[in-house]
Amino acid sequence: MSTAISSPAPGGGAPVAGRPVGRRRIAPTAWLVFGVVSVALVSAIRMWTGANNLTSSGAVQSALTAAVPIALAGLSGLWSERSGVVNIGIEGMMVLGTFGCGWMGYQHGPWVGVLAGVVCGLLGGLLHGLATITFGVDHIISGVAINIVAPGLTLFLARLLFTNAPGGGQKQSPPVDDVFRITIPGLTDWLGTVERKGLFFVSDLAGVLRGVTSGLSALTVLAVVLIIGSVFVLWRTRFGLRLRSVGEAPYAAESLGVNVFRYKYAAVAISGALAGLAGSFLVVGLKFQDGQTGGRGFIGLASMIFGNWRPGGMAMGALLFGYTDGVQQYDARSTAMHAFLILVAIVLVLVAVLQFRAGQRVLAAVAFVIAVLAAWWFFRTDKLPEQLVKAAPYAITLLVMGLASQNLRMPKADGMVYRKGGGH
Amino acid sequence: MTRISGRRVLLGAAAPVGALLFALIITTAILLVTKHDPIQAYRAMIGAFDRVRVTIGAVNQAGVYYLAAVAVAVGFKMNLFNIGVDGQYRLAAMLSAAVAGAGFMSSLPGFLRVAITLVVAMAVGAGWAGLAALLKVTRGVSEVISTIMLNAIATFVIAYLLNPARLAVQAGNNIGTSPITEGGQVPTIAVEGSTTPIYTLVLLAAAVGILYALVLSRTVFGFSIRATGLSEPAAVASGISVKRMIVSAMLISGGVAGLVGMPELLNGAGTYSLNFPTGIGFTGIAIALLGRNHPLGMAFAALLWAALDSSSNALQGVQVPKELITIMQGVIVLSIVVAYELVRRYRLVLEQRSVARALSATAAPPPTTSAPVSA
Repeated sequence: MSTAISSPAPGGGAPVAGRPVGRRRIAPTAWLVFGVVSVALVSAIRMWTGANNLTSSGAVQSALTAAVPIALAGLSGLWSERSGVVNIGIEGMMVLGTFGCGWMGYQHGPWVGVLAGVVCGLLGGLLHGLATITFGVDHIISGVAINIVAPGLTLFLARLLFTNAPGGGQKQSPPVDDVFRITIPGLTDWLGTVERKGLFFVSDLAGVLRGVTSGLSALTVLAVVLIIGSVFVLWRTRFGLRLRSVGEAPYAAESLGVNVFRYKYAAVAISGALAGLAGSFLVVGLKFQDGQTGGRGFIGLASMIFGNWRPGGMAMGALLFGYTDGVQQYDARSTAMHAFLILVAIVLVLVAVLQFRAGQRVLAAVAFVIAVLAAWWFFRTDKLPEQLVKAAPYAITLLVMGLASQNLRMPKADGMVYRKGGGH
Repeated sequence: MTRISGRRVLLGAAAPVGALLFALIITTAILLVTKHDPIQAYRAMIGAFDRVRVTIGAVNQAGVYYLAAVAVAVGFKMNLFNIGVDGQYRLAAMLSAAVAGAGFMSSLPGFLRVAITLVVAMAVGAGWAGLAALLKVTRGVSEVISTIMLNAIATFVIAYLLNPARLAVQAGNNIGTSPITEGGQVPTIAVEGSTTPIYTLVLLAAAVGILYALVLSRTVFGFSIRATGLSEPAAVASGISVKRMIVSAMLISGGVAGLVGMPELLNGAGTYSLNFPTGIGFTGIAIALLGRNHPLGMAFAALLWAALDSSSNALQGVQVPKELITIMQGVIVLSIVVAYELVRRYRLVLEQRSVARALSATAAPPPTTSAPVSA
């Protein structure tokens, strides 16, 4: 990857290989306070504007559905880049996953489909590994090539395999059944009653909880398990330490007897499999369609960089994007997105105050100006144009990236070509 | 070394030729597995160029691809990955089309109208890329992320503006900016026996390519770009302001990206409508990589890519899905870099051998210290 950092902060906040996760992190209580304050703020805006979809269970569900494939794509990138292999081919591997899932899924049920999607993604990952690790090709070229080949290959095969299949077409597979969904009986009804009362804070919390606990896809649960599992494996096990060491200093790792090739291959294989899973998530309950991934692989990659090459931050990025995207999709009358403007304005004012106190005058001024513009737009209109609402997730992500501090530090040997014994 | 030079030429050709052959092998295998006749398919592809129209279309398309590739390459030379060429050229084409089709333009002389259109396009492209540059130098936001986001935002901004209530007019089932009136376009060269004329703006692409080559190899600015790309610390040490270079490189990249839509606008359709070609920015990335950012290399790559594109419709005539071409293009991108790498390693081995031979011939003490580079 290109130089992603303008002012690298060595060790500052970012993980150094081997340092345990969680040190110099914000305490859990602080997170709790942060969460409560956020919900309260959103709740207040909901009460004021009447935009119930900001925290309605339906919108939350929609947000979760939007966030999961992005988070899985981000996790895919994380595994690969932690071992020093830049993976810009996630999008292509996701496409392979959608095809595998559609092809097997309509014939043998969703779980076989998911498995096939994972295997297809994994094959894509291994191809990336073959090119970058064995042949030492520039990682970006290989990724771009995979992004070209995958949609071509899948559409080629789709035309041959799905055109005459029942319910299929030239560019789409027959429908694939959904995986089972988890609804906690009783709880959702009770939460639904609370949600409908429209109380301050309580109803919002109920809405969020209900969105999370009803109709929860088994794959969403799997995704959460995989993200937490990745934290554990990468930062708490020997395998993870070695994998990261390969991404930080391959020749040092080599000198200690780590088989760098094997670890890099393991990482890209896992990366490909996760991308395949991300693709499968889009297919189950629907069908394979050409162009289905819609750039989510790139957004996943962006959320990983956003999250400083760490699972927690990556998940935050995916949720941020997923929330704005999900609310936007669910909210047919775009009142919620209109209310978003004032939410953005308030948050920006807070940011401006904080940055001003931290001595960042220019940044504070910029945040304040954008806040004023957002507020002005909010009061001047009743409804946002539909096309611009769709741009909101991207614009907000960009805004957050611009205003958040950028102590990003990617794995030191990320994107470098490793040759066995070539470290001298 | 003169002894090897014959072999050197051969080795230089080995990589592209080998990669093309490899791509042919892969596609042949795919055709055989899916029970198609490869010979028939390839014959159809080559046969497509019997029509003058197809050949001219390929050249026109190559010019467009070349502009996109140069836009990407300017960034690559500086280690900047401008994924945003796609959004930059679309937004630039849309807004410049709106300006070019505006009523007041009809009263101006043709030359001025074209100039205004080009300037607007370059300014919009540069501006959109400039946002990413600004975020990078002031806030350290990776241009990879920001340009991905800006691509998406450009898509929706265009959808918003391309509306009869704003910058567009309804034309049957299509929506587009008001068509450029007589005199606002650049004349094309009609060819007998072809419905497609030669786009004169292919020359613009060539001019941009020459400029790109000259600036990189003959100017201080070009030197600074390459130096920053090769080693940022060394560039800083020699007094180059990296931030300034990032901003200039992104602006230039975006400005060139702004030109990508111009052949279609000024030589072709004359309007930015829903049919306007999309995704050329991503093709540009592939072509820049294929041509290794080299002015001539990218020209060949663009021609190859466009030629393959043009032959895709003929494939459908023999019942082969035209995506075969996409597969072929992707395989070429991947196999050509693998081939270059293999050739490079083979060269190293040759060099080592010749050095060893030279050393033993002079009867110097055996070079035990030189570490063998494993290949």
